[in-house]
Amino acid sequence: MSATLEVKDLSTHFFTRAGVVKAVDSISFSVERGQVLGLVGESGSGKTVTGLSIMGLVDRPGRIVSGSIKLAGQELVGLSERDWRTIRGRKIAMIFQDPMMTLNPVLRIDTQMIETVLAHADVSRESARERSRQALSRVGIPSPDERLTAYPHQFSGGMRQRVAIAIALLHDPELIIADEPTTALDVTIQAQIIAQVQKLAAETGTSIVWVTHDLAVVSGLSDRLAVMYAGRLIEEGPTAEVLRHPHHPYTLGLLNSLPINNPQGQPLNQIPGSTPSLLRLPPGCPFGPRCSHRQDDCASAAPPETSVDHGVRLRCFHPVARQGALA
Amino acid sequence: MSDFLIEARDVSKRFSQEPDLAAKVAGLLGAKTKRIVVHALDHVSLGIREGEVVGLVGESGSGKSTLGRIIAGIWEPSDGEIFFAGTARNGLNDVQRRAADLAVQMVFQDPMSSLNPRMRVAQIVGEAPQYHGIVPQAEIGAYLADLLQKVGLDPSFAERYPHQFSGGQRARIGIARALAVKPRVIVADEAIAALDVSIQAQVINLFMKLRAELGLAYLFISHDLGVVRHLADRVAILYLGRIVESAPASELFRAPNHPYTVALLANMPKVETGKHAFAPLEGEIPSPINPPTGCHFHPRCAHATARCTAEVPALREIAPGRMAACHLNDAV
Amino acid sequence: MTDAALVTTLPPVETPFRIFVSDFVRNKIAVSALAIIVVLALLAIFAPWVTPQNPYDLTQISIFDNMLKPGEKSMDGKFFLLGSDEQGRDMLSAMIYGLRMSLFVSATATAIALLVGVSMGVTAAYFGGRVDTAIMRLVDLQLSFPAILIALILLAALGKGIDKVILALMLVQWAYYARTVRGNALVERRREYIEAAQCLALPRYIIIFKHLLPNCLPPLIVVATVQVAHAISLEATLSFLGVGVPITEPSLGLLISNGYKYILSGKYWVSVFPGLMLLLTILSINLVGDHLRDVLNPRLKA
Repeated sequence: MSATLEVKDLSTHFFTRAGVVKAVDSISFSVERGQVLGLVGESGSGKTVTGLSIMGLVDRPGRIVSGSIKLAGQELVGLSERDWRTIRGRKIAMIFQDPMMTLNPVLRIDTQMIETVLAHADVSRESARERSRQALSRVGIPSPDERLTAYPHQFSGGMRQRVAIAIALLHDPELIIADEPTTALDVTIQAQIIAQVQKLAAETGTSIVWVTHDLAVVSGLSDRLAVMYAGRLIEEGPTAEVLRHPHHPYTLGLLNSLPINNPQGQPLNQIPGSTPSLLRLPPGCPFGPRCSHRQDDCASAAPPETSVDHGVRLRCFHPVARQGALA
Repeated sequence: MSDFLIEARDVSKRFSQEPDLAAKVAGLLGAKTKRIVVHALDHVSLGIREGEVVGLVGESGSGKSTLGRIIAGIWEPSDGEIFFAGTARNGLNDVQRRAADLAVQMVFQDPMSSLNPRMRVAQIVGEAPQYHGIVPQAEIGAYLADLLQKVGLDPSFAERYPHQFSGGQRARIGIARALAVKPRVIVADEAIAALDVSIQAQVINLFMKLRAELGLAYLFISHDLGVVRHLADRVAILYLGRIVESAPASELFRAPNHPYTVALLANMPKVETGKHAFAPLEGEIPSPINPPTGCHFHPRCAHATARCTAEVPALREIAPGRMAACHLNDAV
Repeated sequence: MTDAALVTTLPPVETPFRIFVSDFVRNKIAVSALAIIVVLALLAIFAPWVTPQNPYDLTQISIFDNMLKPGEKSMDGKFFLLGSDEQGRDMLSAMIYGLRMSLFVSATATAIALLVGVSMGVTAAYFGGRVDTAIMRLVDLQLSFPAILIALILLAALGKGIDKVILALMLVQWAYYARTVRGNALVERRREYIEAAQCLALPRYIIIFKHLLPNCLPPLIVVATVQVAHAISLEATLSFLGVGVPITEPSLGLLISNGYKYILSGKYWVSVFPGLMLLLTILSINLVGDHLRDVLNPRLKA
């Protein structure tokens, strides 16, 4: 079975005045039909730029310098802006942290949704409206007929995000890139959105790349987990495997630092130091200086990607032994 | 007589939007203008003992930041009083009032906007202790160096500007600024929410270390139940301006009483070891401009009865040291 | 070429000021305009040393040299590059002294207006309520009259004089600063570092002037630059109309006015050269101001 999304050796660099920023550095992963990939990383890890690269939305001074992105077999790197227009919004859709990135504040919801339908489908206005109405009710918005005639500011943050998801789903895309879509939302609202997305992905067979800094959010949602650090994919594998038996010291460190994995009232197992600037990466493994498993060879070369058991890929010379993990 | 170091007693806070000139003219011409009043806090009482960590949990619109700012002395309550060491803060004379104000300091959420971008670290941290004469002019350098070291910063950074630091380092500067006036209570308003995951643990550890070293009390405001469970001795849950439950942390997390607390705990994101179905709490958080009648939570509550829509449940003691505001507790 | 030289001199950590400078020097027109302003300002400051003649010194000027064409020599061999006026003054010298007067008057007025406007604006924003309403209604009132009208009425009431022109220019300007600063201050006041200062029990005057004010100033740079240009042109207008600076110490506006009556008789230089200098000054300042706005506006940067 061919994957919905296949990213191979993708590198996206930014050519700034201060130097070349390797925001995404030779990463590979794939997402099967109907599956959810959790793309996890801290700020500056390159997770957002990865999402934008797949959407063809990297702007100057950034550029995809090498690699390939295939959507259901079709190569996306190097497409003209004209070709992109037939793909973006129809085959791939994006949900942002701030739903107002998608919504126009001065237009009514129905106007925006009908325009979106008509942009890619040759249907009458009436059926476009009907499709918009169905999309709203599909994401759990009560009384969609009334809500269609409202303006974005009349919705709460959670409802706005639902509308943005409804718009993303209008053309039954093959892939949705969700960039921290619940980060700005309250806990109870976040749970609602996740439940909704989970249900929709199962119903429609849409694949999802869920970009987030929060391991807890994707842990219950994703089939596979990809952990990024300083522009590189350092560990990728089935979610349960990665969480139960983290191989990379960084993944282990992240999990061990969570309050829930520490005895109450005791100091947390922290990762020392701070994330390096992409302009001045340490030599060798970028995580080396903060790593508890560091050895002399870590600074000499960047670890290559290796496959280990249980479908996990890894970039580490000295991975954590499989039993050395949390319960 | 309570043993609270700082205590909010029956505090309410209303924010009203006064009609502007145009609205007044429109009103004179017969247009319907109404004053929008937001009840951010509705008769809330909360005390913090010497050296105690109180977790304050709530979602947006709950009023948790408002309560924090009132306790920190940045805002005045619309009703009710703040008591410092048993005395009403507004009844204190100038000298006592200043001492009471300095005793409660705040650490903020946004590590960038909470530091004045045009001041050097030495000035940000050192300004207040110098102004208040806490440290003699001659000793300020050593005092600063000691403070920076305490929060894990190299004292040689003192002459730098905030933009030269990373998010975690800025958070530490904010903590140093609060410590500089020798407070006894720190109000931490989502102090780690904006930080990277690997940095959050460092800052939590710093908070714990400072508590052990300096005997500080914290009001730890957060939406993150995992962090609150780890740090707090006692937890209060706010919903739309009212405390719905307060209890010792261990008991609250073991056996939550209020249906809202139960829902929050169930919805708390956890690192599970696999994909599972989410069972979310239904409904939106109502607007504090127009809150539901009776118990604010009734529209989302699975156990709501007719009484819940009509009558505000009182916050009552349900077990020693445990308070909850729910009519369900009367049935038993 | 210049870009390559720039990169090597940049330190690893870019300070906002350095970013600002390197952004600014990218626009060649603005840099040229800035260079012109610097040259004009230097000319004005050092007028007594750079001009061939002191046009205020009656012993140096001769009525027999009047209305010489540009490039002509007088009978005693003096060279008049830009010609002379009806009193025999060297136009070049008169223009540089006129520029000196124009720049002095407008810069002084702008500086005082800045001081007044900024204090009013930041006070209005910090206190809010009645103080805010009172100050801002005054600003609205001020801004609802044309600047030239207010200045004319004031000068008609007060009479001529440099101090009075400065006062008039100040009074028509301060409201712009007050309004801009208030807008910025309302945003900055909500930031957490102000709350932190309040929490540290620092007195109001320190919070307002040491914490709030410095963070409201950057957008003012643009307004102030454009306002200097406005002040120069307003001063020129007033002097042209004869209510500005005294006739003994002419500014550019007065020089234009003096030569105006000869322009139709072909003696263009008495009016046109001061006019060109005024144009060059105002244009350069506005170009720099426009570019400053582009560089300082975070919205235009991605």
